[in-house]
Amino acid sequence: MERIPILKMGEYLLVTIQVDMHDRLAMTLQDDLTARIVEARAKGVLIDISALEIVDSFIGRMLADIAAMSRVLDAETVVVGMRPAVAITLVELGLTLTGVRTALNVERGMDLLRERIRERLAE
Amino acid sequence: MTVLLSNRHTVQSAEDVVAIRQSVRQRAVELGFSLVDQTKIVTAASELARNTLQYGGGGRVTIDAVEDFGRRGIRLTFEDEGPGIPDVELAMKDGYTTGGGLGLGLSGARRLSNDFSIQSAPGKGTRVTITRWR
Repeated sequence: MERIPILKMGEYLLVTIQVDMHDRLAMTLQDDLTARIVEARAKGVLIDISALEIVDSFIGRMLADIAAMSRVLDAETVVVGMRPAVAITLVELGLTLTGVRTALNVERGMDLLRERIRERLAE
Repeated sequence: MTVLLSNRHTVQSAEDVVAIRQSVRQRAVELGFSLVDQTKIVTAASELARNTLQYGGGGRVTIDAVEDFGRRGIRLTFEDEGPGIPDVELAMKDGYTTGGGLGLGLSGARRLSNDFSIQSAPGKGTRVTITRWR
């Protein structure tokens, strides 16, 4: 079956979505990712969507669900690389991605993850 | 309104929804849509194709390149013979859903297009037409 690869880098998981996902594939990613967070005891998840040409309400909800689920599993999620045209369209569509942390690129996303995890440890 | 080019797709699976997105994108590029306008019409198409599949039990979409008073655009018509929508006004509201989604499909697609029309009645299926001009 077709799957989106999840890479483990230390205590982080990295997902780069490179294909135009159909809905079942998006659901599979959500399931795989939550399983991997537990299995790898991940502290952070970075999802790179820079290759995505659109984010519709289904993908938007998947991103919000992943962020919420990872939080419950004691991991932070950051979505990086959203294209400007996608951001403009998302807002007009009415999707605000509440609860989803975003960063401009992978580098800034990693910084944000580290910072958040440090803050959590200090709490 | 003159139809310059027309093609049809069936909407029977999640893979069909992806194929429709790609087909709409290609037409938008050919018509010289800006990147933002391409993204808007493709996103609207994705929402409506999913509705046709999920609520209409499948159907078809017609993708037309159209011209009207010298301006060009894309017109998309989604049709199904599903159960229909009892209260169209309610279905158009942000956040209203009967399918467990976010309830942004119809209302969002309307915001992403220039012209929007919907015909639906219980037992009569649903037909949604949107147009986005260049």
